[in-house]
Amino acid sequence: MSEDTSASSLSASVALATAARLRRGRRYDAVFRWGTQVFAWLVLLVLGAIIVVLFHGGWPAFQHFGAHFFVSSAWNPVKNDYGAASSILGTLVTSAIAIVLAVPISFGIALFVTEIAPRWLRRPIGIAVELLAGIPSIIYGIWGLFIFAPWFSDDIQPALTNTLGRLPWIGQFFQGPPIGLGWAVAGFILTIMIIPFIAAVMRDVFEVVPVTLKESAYAIGSTRWEVARKVVLPYTRIGVIGGIMLGLGRALGETMAVTFVVGNAHDLHISLFMPGNTIASSIANEFTEADTLMHRSALIALGLILFAITFVVLALAKWMLARMERAQGEST
Amino acid sequence: MKKLLIATVIGVVTLLAPGAHASKVTKITGAGSSFAYPLYSAWADRYAKQTGVELNYQSIGSGGGIRQIEAGTVDFGASDAPLTVEQLKKEGLVQFPAAMGGVIPTINVPGVKPGQMVLSGPVLADIFLGKITKWNDSAIKKLNPGLDLPDLHITVVHRSDGSGTTFIFTDYLSKVSAGWKSGLGVGKAVDWPSSGNVGGKGNEGVAAYVDRIKGAIGYNEYAYVLKNRMNYADMVNSAGHRVAPTARNFAAAAANADWSHAPGYYLMLTDQPGADSWPITGATFVLVHANPKHPGQVRAVLDFFNWSFTHGRSIADSLDYIPMPASVVKLIKTTWHKEVMIKDLP
Repeated sequence: MSEDTSASSLSASVALATAARLRRGRRYDAVFRWGTQVFAWLVLLVLGAIIVVLFHGGWPAFQHFGAHFFVSSAWNPVKNDYGAASSILGTLVTSAIAIVLAVPISFGIALFVTEIAPRWLRRPIGIAVELLAGIPSIIYGIWGLFIFAPWFSDDIQPALTNTLGRLPWIGQFFQGPPIGLGWAVAGFILTIMIIPFIAAVMRDVFEVVPVTLKESAYAIGSTRWEVARKVVLPYTRIGVIGGIMLGLGRALGETMAVTFVVGNAHDLHISLFMPGNTIASSIANEFTEADTLMHRSALIALGLILFAITFVVLALAKWMLARMERAQGEST
Repeated sequence: MKKLLIATVIGVVTLLAPGAHASKVTKITGAGSSFAYPLYSAWADRYAKQTGVELNYQSIGSGGGIRQIEAGTVDFGASDAPLTVEQLKKEGLVQFPAAMGGVIPTINVPGVKPGQMVLSGPVLADIFLGKITKWNDSAIKKLNPGLDLPDLHITVVHRSDGSGTTFIFTDYLSKVSAGWKSGLGVGKAVDWPSSGNVGGKGNEGVAAYVDRIKGAIGYNEYAYVLKNRMNYADMVNSAGHRVAPTARNFAAAAANADWSHAPGYYLMLTDQPGADSWPITGATFVLVHANPKHPGQVRAVLDFFNWSFTHGRSIADSLDYIPMPASVVKLIKTTWHKEVMIKDLP
């Protein structure tokens, strides 16, 4: 009897303790849920606040110049006449050069590290790529100005001007005085800067491709290129595109390194070798000394445009992914 | 009784202490001109050792300095481009010059050594306008008959950030070239017209690009030209004489300046008369509130500049700035007494 009571009281106390723990657990759960929710909403709030502030700051410029702001290349602080065309075009051109060059190189690096390199070499190369990603951008800028630009203007640019520059239609893209500052050099520096990002992401996603898939492909006689093209890439395309977008995002917004080598001229040229500017470099150069309302407003408006460009790029990437997924679903 | 005495003593001490504390300023803040930064920090270093009063100066550029003093976040603002009398009145500011210096055309022409080339105002303006595009242009040849000038494209290098140096330089070009005045005007940043022009951030940015690009021409503060042993050109001044950029010739331009008839000290020292005057000379200015919220702070600022005008002359000389002449310092002090609403000023 006494044993019974003690047993039941024991089980009762255990039940009580469990109930208490459950209650406590539920309380913590609620706190945790609320906490994470607040953090998540905070991100949206900050994003919204940035848009509001940029829009409010840029409004005088948009209102004063209207749609003309987007197509005018004027930039005259004395007469307070501003246009965003040269900055927008410079941003797009330098980033385009960087992506076009960086994607194949990064793909090569990632493929070599994951598929081709002997095992002992994989880690050192992987670590080197990650270290490159950690170098501050100003170092790339200084290196670009003092090492790369002189070499480019003395040795590479004259050669390009004398060969590609003589071609009938595309020749005009490669003409100009050999000063080593301009869209092309900025694009090349950006290429070097974003390769580590894209390559590191590609390597990580290539590594998760199931070995059985690849081995099966090899077993039916596929070459390495066929495996990479038909097995690895389709399996990892979301990650690959994510990596490219990460690189593109960095290229669009990169400031210091570009400011060093882009030439900082508010001019529109056809030639890639002529000095130009980007949105980020214009803001970095001029914001501290912009003491008229319109000048400051034009710079903030540039910031909003950069924001919009980044948003459009991201949206396009998502849309592309969704379309590819649908196409994949239909073909199988 | 004894307790009461102690309490009284403590009470009196605590009453006096904050008052005694407030009158002794130990830190003043300033912001603006990057051109004046080396000078102010050298002055502040010596001043702190002698008086214990420290200066916290942020070299954020002239435009930033004007914005900060208007917002009242610093005790004084510093700008290389003077504010007009109307602007001063509107913001309730008092302006005075602190030191002077020269702006030098810096060049990179193979085969030409520092000071070998001479340029005139109109030719300099035409180069920066993009009308003269080669170093062997007849206008440059005519000024330099002895030089073997190459058939090299001229790349114009300018400041990419807004700058008091640009203000002084464009003010000069406007005075000597009607085309510049009507087409571009004067400003801390202008719409540079020449094709393929390059912008460098800060004096050091322009110096780096001029050094790097063959055929480049830019403009720099004298101190940067000296320190980096840059290649420069002499100028023909308004008297028609060839002058070299030396402290003596800057001082000659400054000596001819008539500060007493410049309301608010709004005076550009470019294109001054006189046989030895360097034509592109400018001053750097200090801005304080006429009716400050913290009179003690502004008093300490004026104390600092008063000390600098007398004890800081040799420091200014050693850093290749031109100190204000004694006669101008006297004028400045009169202005302080007349316009700054604080008692017992230096």
